[in-house]
Amino acid sequence: VAQGWAQIVVFLLVLTALVPLVGSYIAAVFQGERVFLSPLLGPVERFAYRVLRVRPEEGQDWKAYARSIVVFSLLSWLALYLILRTQGVQPLNPEGFGSGPWNLSFNTASSFVTNTNWQYYGGETTLSYCVQMVGLTVQNFVSAAVGIAVLAAVIRGFAARSGSALGNFWSDLIRINLYVLLPISFVAALVLVSQGVIQTLDGSQTFHTLAGGTQTLALGPVASQEAIKELGTNGGGFFNVNSAYPLENPSSLTNVVELMLILVIPASLTYTFGRMIGNRRQGWAIYGAMMAMFLVAVAVVYAAEQHGSPAQHHAGLLTASIEGSTGGNMEGKEVRNGIAQSSLWTAVTTVTSCGAVNAALDSLTGIGGLVPLASMGTGEVVFGGVGSGLYYMLLFVLLTVFIAGLMVGRTPEFLGKKIESREVKLVLVGVLVTPLLVLFAAAWAVASPDGTQSIYNHGPQGFSESLYAYMSQANNNGSAFAGYTGFIQPNAPGNVGSEAFSFANLLGGVVMLLARFLPMIAALAVAGSLAGKRVAPAGAGTFRADSPTFVVLLIGVVVIVAALTFFPAFLLGPVVQGLTDQLF
Amino acid sequence: MSGLRKDLLTATMAIVFLTLVLGIAYPLVTTGAAQLAFPGASDGSKVEMDGKVVGSKLIGQDFKGLPRYFQSRPSATEYSGDVTYFNNLGPNSRELSGFFAEQLAAYLKRQRPYNPGLSAADVPVDAVTTSASGVDPHISLANARIQARRVAEVRDLSLTRVLDLVDEHTAGRFLGLFGEPGVNVLELNVALDQGAAE
Repeated sequence: VAQGWAQIVVFLLVLTALVPLVGSYIAAVFQGERVFLSPLLGPVERFAYRVLRVRPEEGQDWKAYARSIVVFSLLSWLALYLILRTQGVQPLNPEGFGSGPWNLSFNTASSFVTNTNWQYYGGETTLSYCVQMVGLTVQNFVSAAVGIAVLAAVIRGFAARSGSALGNFWSDLIRINLYVLLPISFVAALVLVSQGVIQTLDGSQTFHTLAGGTQTLALGPVASQEAIKELGTNGGGFFNVNSAYPLENPSSLTNVVELMLILVIPASLTYTFGRMIGNRRQGWAIYGAMMAMFLVAVAVVYAAEQHGSPAQHHAGLLTASIEGSTGGNMEGKEVRNGIAQSSLWTAVTTVTSCGAVNAALDSLTGIGGLVPLASMGTGEVVFGGVGSGLYYMLLFVLLTVFIAGLMVGRTPEFLGKKIESREVKLVLVGVLVTPLLVLFAAAWAVASPDGTQSIYNHGPQGFSESLYAYMSQANNNGSAFAGYTGFIQPNAPGNVGSEAFSFANLLGGVVMLLARFLPMIAALAVAGSLAGKRVAPAGAGTFRADSPTFVVLLIGVVVIVAALTFFPAFLLGPVVQGLTDQLF
Repeated sequence: MSGLRKDLLTATMAIVFLTLVLGIAYPLVTTGAAQLAFPGASDGSKVEMDGKVVGSKLIGQDFKGLPRYFQSRPSATEYSGDVTYFNNLGPNSRELSGFFAEQLAAYLKRQRPYNPGLSAADVPVDAVTTSASGVDPHISLANARIQARRVAEVRDLSLTRVLDLVDEHTAGRFLGLFGEPGVNVLELNVALDQGAAE
């Protein structure tokens, strides 16, 4: 078990070392500077501007920036929906899968455009290589780039000394894809292949097994999808069981590499922020707050999973660690990952909005399952999604500044800019939309027969599954207690039976769209409002936002907002199961 | 309105351009590079015996309880390599607990003739729980060491040789630190069939 903790600590130290490197690089990309890849990719970038008829230096105010995002995302949604619905006539479909049904395609299109990547679809059983590449991989890139672009715009608003321009969305979109996401994905994909992640256009292969049976192996261009799936905190698997499947994540090396890919951008962006506002301490303060909350999450889930589950104890299983075996709750986990790497993964993918899984979350212990729920319940601000995590966190920072201002009786200010009524109202819209959507959707889902038909497990776990489904979709995470509608997927040849339920598809799709774009627009509006504000020099009475006191206060605000909103719901599901040995 | 029209045009061109670069060029170039640099791995790390593909070293398979083979972990998917899903039963599931009890009894029944005195407390968790993928290629060292007695006796081999073979087919931790050691069941069984322990 000490071995397990050592893995986690070393991993986080390496991450922290990478933060300044990657963070400065991304800052250079945001600011349009030349980077080491410019000689190679500069011509592609300039060609893109010609095709798009965009002048990168032409700034947009927050409304124009937001409008470009909405139009781009809307057209992306339409494109993906059409691709899904016409799969049957497209090439690169060796298994001959038919086109997706309307309800599932609605959910999947919404899911990928919002960087959620919720899987009501079954990857290897319903999607052709063409759709995986041209549909899903593209959205994995661009939805991530949209999140990062919004952050770039928000940071510019915070840092601006005058004017109202937040940058140019099209230029941000192109530069982030070309200079950040694409090169890292390409290198990472090859590293993954070297370990056994597949990358081929051949169709599935059947062979006779050693014991005289047959086994069919689904293949495909997995590594290229896998790399961006992690790097963009997307999380939609090529295979239904996602990164638990050995052809997506075959070894302890790939597990660590994939975890690093997930965290590296959201973590490094705090440094990018610090650098661009000219106060690195501020970036590290936010990083510190995130890391502190993350450590609690990973410690709790690891301890809970190592303890084992009531189902195991009732069956007379020993769950203590013995020589040559980790012990613990290995149901729904892989031997090569063990308890430590599965727990670390669970925490990493749910504090970020990645939502990839390397273990079956539905089979986590009660308290172990509480961790991903609570991590998402923070609004995905503990590192969070690429870009979205930090711009969401900055809303919490402003809220904290406001509350601190109320406590000491001074006008709240951040980075020398006064936070006034308009900003606070926008912040509250941004911070409260998502939790309200979660509670509303989950309540509807458990109170109506249309919703409850999706539930798989008996007892409190059934409630947890429902809550998890809408918590995950509203926070654009994408991981699942996969029993929820999952039970109708498996035996489905082609598309039949993989439709989930219309109610779940539609409610989930709408929730994902609203929860992605409303807070995003609120964040842009706040940045637009701050951009033009005069900067007052810091005085003796200024409440410093880069101090340890502020970090504690920020954590307090995040936890209280999340806890107050979801605490009763958590009690009904995971906490009940964590406190009882009863079986259901 | 002109701003909106311009955005519609720009967005359309952006989607076309990005689809070409990210959806077609990127996966195809990656495929080409992967096939060149890592031909076996990019095609699924297939394992051959007597010139025939018998599986992938990364994908566990069903050894159907045959005593001469090391057995994989239980699977919720009948070791399917083309339709994957989780078992998805919760931590307090009565059904899951019943499943564990059955698996535990079956494991003890299979092993006790070869491991006298083996008790429930000796059985490692991975031996009675379903894996996440349904095709976990590995079992824990503890599980392999218990099964080694059966395999050695049924195949009339020395236990030491079989245990050595187990060690040979154990994937260690990355950098000696990350992940957990796992014994690759298919590779181990192929080695046994090829007479590696004789």
